[in-house]
Order: sequence, then C-alpha cells, then structure tokens
Amino acid sequence: MKNGFLIFLASLVVLGGSWCAFVLAPVLQLGGLKQTTVLNSSDVYPVGRPGEANQGLQVYRAEGCAACHTEQIQQSGVACDVVLTSVGTNETAVRKAFENGLKQNNWPLFMTQNFHKAGEPEMLLINVSKEIADAAVDTITAAGGKAEIHIIATGPDIARGWGRRHSVAEDYLYDNPVQLGSVRIGPDLADEGARSPDASWQLLHLYAPQSVVKGSAMPPYRYLFQIRQIGREPSPDALNLPKAFAPPSGYEVVPKATARELAAYLLSLRADVPLRDAPFSSR
Amino acid sequence: MTVNETTNPSAAEIDRSCCVPLLALFGGAALWLVVGSVLGLLASIKFHAPDFLANCAWLTYGRLQPAADDALLYGFCLPAGLGVALWLLARIGQTPIRGAIIPVVAANLWHLGVLAGLTGILMGDSTGFTWLEFPRGGSVPVFFAYLLLALWAMMIFAGRRPALRDALCPSQWFLVAALFWFPWIYSTANLFLIAGPVRGVAQAVIGWWFANNLLVVWTGLVGLGTALYFLPKLGGRPLQSHYLALFAFWTFILFATWCGIPSGAPVPVWMPTLSAAAIALLIVPLLAVFLVTWRTVRGSIKSNWNNTPFCFIGSGIDSFLLSGLMLMAMACPQISRVTNFTWFGPAETQLRLYGFFAMTMFGAAYHLLPRVVGIEFPFPKLARVHFWLSLLGIALLVAPLAIGGVVQGLKLQNPNVAFADTTKAMLPFLRVSTTGLLLMLLGNLLFFANVIGLTIRWKLALLKKFITFVKSPLETIEVRA
Repeated sequence: MKNGFLIFLASLVVLGGSWCAFVLAPVLQLGGLKQTTVLNSSDVYPVGRPGEANQGLQVYRAEGCAACHTEQIQQSGVACDVVLTSVGTNETAVRKAFENGLKQNNWPLFMTQNFHKAGEPEMLLINVSKEIADAAVDTITAAGGKAEIHIIATGPDIARGWGRRHSVAEDYLYDNPVQLGSVRIGPDLADEGARSPDASWQLLHLYAPQSVVKGSAMPPYRYLFQIRQIGREPSPDALNLPKAFAPPSGYEVVPKATARELAAYLLSLRADVPLRDAPFSSR
Repeated sequence: MTVNETTNPSAAEIDRSCCVPLLALFGGAALWLVVGSVLGLLASIKFHAPDFLANCAWLTYGRLQPAADDALLYGFCLPAGLGVALWLLARIGQTPIRGAIIPVVAANLWHLGVLAGLTGILMGDSTGFTWLEFPRGGSVPVFFAYLLLALWAMMIFAGRRPALRDALCPSQWFLVAALFWFPWIYSTANLFLIAGPVRGVAQAVIGWWFANNLLVVWTGLVGLGTALYFLPKLGGRPLQSHYLALFAFWTFILFATWCGIPSGAPVPVWMPTLSAAAIALLIVPLLAVFLVTWRTVRGSIKSNWNNTPFCFIGSGIDSFLLSGLMLMAMACPQISRVTNFTWFGPAETQLRLYGFFAMTMFGAAYHLLPRVVGIEFPFPKLARVHFWLSLLGIALLVAPLAIGGVVQGLKLQNPNVAFADTTKAMLPFLRVSTTGLLLMLLGNLLFFANVIGLTIRWKLALLKKFITFVKSPLETIEVRA
C-alpha cells in the first residue's frame, strides 16, 4: 500500500494546488469586493438593481440567455485626446510652446481650430498615446496654460458601440448567479441598458425579434407574453406590433410579469461610468 | 510480475462479478446518450429556423443546449467512465466486486439524479453555471451516487491481490486520481456557487475552474487510464513505456488542473496569465501521451484495422491530442483574440467530450460488456457502423464549428462588419454541423440498441435459469417428502 498512499498524497498536493489558486485565492481577493467610486465623482458604483430587474436576472438564468449572449466587454487599449481648457494669461506663449512641441516631437496635429469657439475647451491632439498626451500637457502647463487628457477606450467591441470601457470585476458585484457567457451567438449585453434604453423596444424584441431587428437569429420568446382578447379598453401594456407580427384583430399581446422583469433586467445592464481601473471620457 | 489475465482462472469470475453494476451504469448511460443527442439536434435546428418550437418554454434554445450538454456529460460520460473504472480496477487488481448491490443502487440513484437534473433545466430551474446546471434535486443524488461508486472502486483497488500491491499499472494511477478528484471539485463548486454563493465575479472563476477540471482533467484521467489499458491489450504490444505513462500522468495533473480561466476575463490579470502559462505547458503531457500511445500501437494498426474497440479508442486518443492542441491555440494571445467568444470553444468541447471521451468509452464497452455479461451483443456488426457514423458525425460537427469560429471571430474583430453579418456567415457552417449531429444520433441509437438488446438477452437468460432452478429443486423436495 506504500505506493498507493504515495499517489494519494502527491495527487492531493498537486490537485489541491489548483484549488488554492482558483478557488481559495479568488474568494479571498474578490469575495470581499466592495463598491468603488466613479472616476472624478463622489458617486458609488455599482448600486444594487431595483427589485423587478433583480427578478429579471433570474428569468435571464432560467431561459438560459447566457447560452448565446456574453456580458463582458473587451478592450484592446486606450487612446488619449489632449484638450486645452485654459490659455492662461499669455495665449501666444502657450500656442508657441505647443507648436514647438508639435514640430520637435512629431505629434499628430488635430485640426480643430476652425471649428473652435472662443472661450470653450479646444481639442489639440486626438488618438495619441499616453506618453505623447502627457508630454503635451506638460509643455502647455509649463507655458502657463491648462490642458486635460481625455481617455478613450479602443477595440472592436467599443467601436461596435457595445460599451465605452472594458468590463471590470465590480460590474458583477450584485449578480447572483454571475453569467458572463462564453459565446457571442447574439451581441454582448453588458451595456444593453445604455444602448437600447427603451423598455417597449425590449419587449417587442423579446416577443418578435425579427420585428425590430431584421434577419435576427434570436428565437422569439412568445411564451413570456399573453395573447388575449381585447377587453372593454385595450390594455396600456399591449405591444405595438407591426402588422406582420400582430395577433388577429380583436386580440392584443400583453407581457407577463416575467417578460417585464426580463426587460427591466436588460435595461439595468449598464457599464457606462468611468472607474479607476477602466477610465474613459466622453468625446 | 506480469500476470497473464487470460490464463488466470478467476478472470471470468471477476468479469461476472461486474455484470449487474455495469449493465445498470451502461443501460442508463446509453439512454441518456440518445436523449442528449436528440436534445442537441433540436437545439441545432433552431439556428436554421428560430421559430421552430418557439412557443414551448421547455424547448427554448437556452434550456435545450445546456440540457443536451449535461445529458452527454452527466448522463453518459460520467457513468460510463465509472463503469469502465470499476471493471478496470477489478480486472487489473484481480479482485471481484463484492456487495455488487451497492454499485447497482448507486447507478440507479445516479440515473434518477440525471433525470431530475435534466427535468429541472428544461423547467427553467438551471443554476445558471455552465456544466453545473443541475438544480439541487439532481446534483445531490448524483453526488452521493458518485461517492458510493467511487468508494466501491477504491475498495476494489485497496483489495487488489497482494502480489500486485507494489507495482501499480499506470491505468490505476489515472483512475484513482480521477475517482477522488470529482467529489472534491463537484462539492466545491456546489458549496461556493449554489449553497452559499460567493460574491461577484469570484463565482465565474470558480465556475471556470470547475468546468475545466471536470471536462479536461476528469475526462482526461479516466479516458487516458482506459486507453493505456486497452491499447496494449487489444494491439498485442506491451505499453511503451510504463515510465513515460507515469510522466504523462504527473505532468497532466500538474498543468491541466490550472487551465480554464479565459484571457480578457474581467478578473485580476494574474488569473488568466497563470492559466495561459499552464495551458502552454500542457504541450508536455500531450507529447508524452502521443509518444506513449504511438510507440505502443505502432506496427499493430494495420492488423487491428477491423478491431472495432481498437479503432474507437485509437480515434479517441487522436481527438484527445487534437482537442488539446485546440485548447492551447485558444490560450495563445494572438489566436485567442479571434477565437474568443466564437464557436471555436464549443467545437473544442465537443471534440473532447464526444470525440475523445465518449469514443474511448464506446471502445471499452464493446470489448467488456459481452465479457461481463457472458453473452454476445445482439447486433455485433452494428458496432462497426456505429464507429463510422460517430467518427464522421464528430468530424462534421467539429470541423465546421472550428473553421466557422475563426471566420466568425475575424468578422467580430472588424467593427465595420455588422453583427448580423457575422451571424449570417456562420449559417452554412452550422448547417453542416447539424448534419454531423444527425449522424452522431444514428450512431448513438445503434449503441443503445446493442446495450439494451444485451440487457434483454441477459434478463431472458436469467429468467430461463430461474425457471430451471425453480423446477429442479421442487422435484427433489417432493422425492424426499
């Protein structure tokens, strides 16, 4: 049995190692994660979901939405814009210093002077690296002006409009279960609430995806709705469907509670505030 | 130290002691295999016709797909693997199973658990964690059934013949490690994710760790343990070599357990980095497995061309190596940028679960089931048809999904391509993969027919024996009276 015991002990150590790394350590490092503050603001992030949206998370789980949708925005890097906010007391000196910097360091100039209104912040450089942006700001500050760096997230997901920054651990603080998804059969939903903030659009899309997104491959979720005879007055909740998808005349389509909850959850999916780990500014 | 099993008088006795537990495990497994492929086929049809069965909540894609995956993994792979492990440990250790009633009860408990789990998923009771979808009604019976079966397997292992105590065969290392690893990962995942869920994204990390350790490590250990026993035995050449196999074992459990955290995940950077490093090192056990299997079967491939179990297990090893390479590709930053979130991942999983593990189990089952029951399969020729259907099916499922995944990924990387176009570009590939699923379903039906036919034959034989038994002693009693 000497040999058998040895295998047991050794495999215990080897297998247990991965347990420590990917169960114990994440629980210690991430299990106590707290709310963070929004960049340049005193607001905390994230705030819990309203009750209906929280129930919607369970509908999302039950219907297995994560089989086709991810909730994680990827980002490949950042680009910086340099904005002149104040020319200080000596505008010519600031402009001169900036132009010298342009010539000496080959900064790519952004031609906005023509559109620029006096007294408003002026865009000097766009889509430059962090190093160039820092150097430009230093030059301007040294000459007595003031400049800001605006950070823009880059990458295909951002360019597609799926979000404005990459997802971070804090985004899922109030999710249970956390459903990140692994395949994009449908689009990413991490910022869906900011992208399509209209609840009635969400409901139409759930009832008949092809009615709002032409050629959509998403299966319709008609069973989350009730098709019923119109009573004395049409229900205020009834869907306003295009003709090809509408029920027979005299009938209306009304969302069940589950559909309303799911739509509320989708609207609650917002990753649209800048954080220390994932900064961005609006252009 | 080598003991020739065929000349050992107790070999048949050991086989017969495994009969009822193995029939219980494999009978249910064959049923879930067919159920899983029907569910998978239904889910796949939805890509071509989103409206198909759309009014039925039970059959929506988001429920069908996890149910199909779990039916294959928990319904077929795990019980089949446990059955083969029981037999292998008994056969290698030359000890018959005692108290066979317990594994039989455990097997039935297992299959009831799978039934409850699958029903739960289809009802919308899934836990929402990939590969851990079974609600409590399914996960608790499955866990305890596993414990019982593993306990029995360990008892067989501990009770191996004294002469065999000190020199273990590599298969035993692989199987014993696997037996003991599943309860650990399954209980961890259920405790940390469902019973007392941890907060936030740590859930995702534990979920990835669990899925990787079940899909890659557990199936790898049991599948390789099985193949390293059968390839030398069926090919007629001893294992080349023992030490290389043990080297494969240690490097495999050392590196494969750390894989699974995808790059770009919204977690602290050290986690995906560590995982990617482990996946890169996975080349070491892959090479070792390649060398040990190739040097073992080299020269015996041609003469075994018609040996169906040999073909099943051989193609299983090929799929293991190929899916390992796909896993490594997905962790390489330049490639993962494209394959991330595409069909490439599901293609790898299917190749691993069906192409490697299920195929290896089919091979083992075709070899051992007639021996443990002592009756031939009713349709032995269909085994060959099953092999070709499964091989062609898995190729037609995996190749288009992998290639389509790369096409999809390249389109996703280009923000000027509308998202709807990336979906549309996938359709021809999905069409071929649906055909692959159909072929696999046909193959699985043949396996089901053979296993169920064998069970019926065994029950009929038992009935005959019982009738003769009832008849004969009665006469003697009458005579004495």
